[in-house]
Amino acid sequence: MEFLNPKTLPPISTFQIMNNDGIIEDESQASLDVRDEQVIEWYKNMVFVQILDTIMSEAQRQGRVSFYMVSAGEEGIMVGSAAALGPGDIITCQYRETGVFKQRGFTLKDFMSQLMGTRYDPGKGRNMPVHYSGRLKTGVHAVASTLGTQIPHATGAAYALKMEDREIGTSSPRVAVAYFGDGAASEGDFHGALNLAAVRDCPVIFICRNNGFAISTPTSEQYRGDGIASRAVGYGIETLRVDGTDIFAVYQATKEARRRALEDGGRPILLELMSYRISHHSTSDDSFAYRSLDEVHPWKSRSNPIALLKKWLEQKSLWNDDLEKEIRAQIRRDILSELKSAEKEKKPPLSSIFDDVYAEYSEEQESQRQELKRLMLKYPEEYDAEDYEGGIAAL
Amino acid sequence: MLRPLLRCPSGSVTTSLLRRSYASAPSKARLNIPTDYGKTPLLHHTSKSALANQELPETARNGTTSRINLFQAVNQAMAHSLRTDPRTILFGEDVAFGGVFRCSMNLQSEFGEDRVFNTPLSEQGLVGFAVGAALEGLKPIAEIQFADYVFPAFDQIVNEAAKIRYRYGSNADQYNCGGMVIRMPTGAVGHGALYHTQSPESLFSHVPGFIVVEPRSPLQAKGLLLAALESPDPVIFMEPKILYRAAVEHVPAEPYTLPLQKAEVLKDGKDITIVSYGTPLYTCQNAITAAEKDFGCSIELIDLRTIFPWDRPAILNSVRKTGRCIVVHESMVNAGVGAEVAATVQEHCFLRLEAPVQRVAGWTTHTGLAFEKYNIPDVVRVYDSIKTVLEY
Repeated sequence: MEFLNPKTLPPISTFQIMNNDGIIEDESQASLDVRDEQVIEWYKNMVFVQILDTIMSEAQRQGRVSFYMVSAGEEGIMVGSAAALGPGDIITCQYRETGVFKQRGFTLKDFMSQLMGTRYDPGKGRNMPVHYSGRLKTGVHAVASTLGTQIPHATGAAYALKMEDREIGTSSPRVAVAYFGDGAASEGDFHGALNLAAVRDCPVIFICRNNGFAISTPTSEQYRGDGIASRAVGYGIETLRVDGTDIFAVYQATKEARRRALEDGGRPILLELMSYRISHHSTSDDSFAYRSLDEVHPWKSRSNPIALLKKWLEQKSLWNDDLEKEIRAQIRRDILSELKSAEKEKKPPLSSIFDDVYAEYSEEQESQRQELKRLMLKYPEEYDAEDYEGGIAAL
Repeated sequence: MLRPLLRCPSGSVTTSLLRRSYASAPSKARLNIPTDYGKTPLLHHTSKSALANQELPETARNGTTSRINLFQAVNQAMAHSLRTDPRTILFGEDVAFGGVFRCSMNLQSEFGEDRVFNTPLSEQGLVGFAVGAALEGLKPIAEIQFADYVFPAFDQIVNEAAKIRYRYGSNADQYNCGGMVIRMPTGAVGHGALYHTQSPESLFSHVPGFIVVEPRSPLQAKGLLLAALESPDPVIFMEPKILYRAAVEHVPAEPYTLPLQKAEVLKDGKDITIVSYGTPLYTCQNAITAAEKDFGCSIELIDLRTIFPWDRPAILNSVRKTGRCIVVHESMVNAGVGAEVAATVQEHCFLRLEAPVQRVAGWTTHTGLAFEKYNIPDVVRVYDSIKTVLEY
């Protein structure tokens, strides 16, 4: 009678390509299909996220936006993994995946419209900031604040993609991808999604961003097992743990995961991308209430994806301090300018209060809409209808 | 049904030995006797009666009927959708062998394992899966084995599926959960006790986004389910499980849809409006038959069919005519569907009302096995509330 004690098993090792000095020691591991221009693009996208994060969290403190979430430390995870996916792949995510949207084509105006809730936001100003709605442009589902609910969506999407791709006999089959954090992986939806994906052979990549925290809860209080990767084994799913600060490792791992997910009719794969949440959870959080500056410092200064990739680029003479200054100044200018014009924009029309709950207004909704209009016309001084596109007439 | 009484040669009477004590009525009961589904006017006992339904399209009315029960009607509707729309898929626990209520009999063998399949035992997993599949253009029919077990999926229903169209805003017409139907057996059977008896429809009527439907009969179920599968909004389809076998009627062989968000007046009347849905309609009919005879009144019976968004104008028009309203449902009276109907009726018909709106519903307790027949609204309670509003 031999009980299997998980403590006796070795922890799952972490895949890495670059060392701490940004050098790829084993060139055979390098991403041979990636051109230098692409890597520079990755770098610029990561810097963009970093600067957007800085400006928007300052803006929140100044009262210009109600809320923001920074992704410091995870830029490599977002950009590196997104770069390895196919253009038709369908993605569901949590809320700390700004870099995924950027890598897949979200423009500054797309970001700012949602952040500031302007009339250009396809989400019609309904969601909190950073809950981007990018399905049409980037293949990323509209973000919800509920944790983990997006994971089984990816399982279902993968099943649908598999059926459709098989039906049309495509030569570029697609996968679905779910991004989620170490905390979200504790939710029941994680379990339901992985188990179903395994049983139904769904071509889905489950990408866990293990950044060490769920708000104030460190991973030591989130689970007792060997991270999230070890759980995949329990479902019969192949898994790889990756150094999330190493963008090349993230890219290679995602590429290989995608290849495997599409093999033999499809199967799920789990990637656990390790990193550290350098930022606070959100602008409503002060993380120094539960951790020290000393703990954060090494990740901020050295072990972060932007610093590492910068070293690699400089060593290859693809980057230098002048280019750095220039790009940062340009990105900062562009963002500030876009923020200013977004602030002047009108909000979405008031009809957005009742639209899109159903395909057509229900009879009850229609009478409520009339009632709200009646009140607003009766007490016009009490409402700021002019801030909304079309004013009260648009209700 | 009671077993027939045996007569001894001497003329005295003894009861049969095999009474099912949980499914029989007291011997002297006049009102609380079980519904005779073979005779109730709420079911179509002839082909002619079924085909006379004005809501049916001409193709159905000019066709034939077959005499089927509720699970067979649900099966026919799903088979039709699977056959004619390659995007339809059906899944849930145990659907492959035919389902615990036989609603999916023969569907896996006809349509294959890719389109009709078992999921692992996880309601949150399978409903989340349905959401993801619907957003990629499939029409997932997600079966929850009993309404009592839908609660793990509540987050996916209320926070996800119900809000997806709203989140997508200006792209909502491309990305929504329309075509997704969550089906579940609901309601009392007499021996389901705490966890095979529940009717959670009011919980889904609070957060908007879904259309909540409950058919009363096989003919209604086939048409409403086919309509649900074509709806641009996701639907929760609650099937009264006691009716799966008990309700048998003539149902058109041709496919047809019945309108969602529309109530149906089953019987015209001028003194009282009774509003209900699902199995209690049969109880109401029995009470109406007795009351009309005993009190000489005329009672209008309305089936909501769609519980939310509900057909407010139909009910309000009726109450403006009768001045009296009774709402009947199995689920607990507190914060139930009856509360919503009653509040709306009193708000819009206050001066017309001859009596306060009555709610005849489950007591504020759980459905304990030994006490089910005390909890579920019975003929006596409906009959008595008719008396109350007439005499108010």
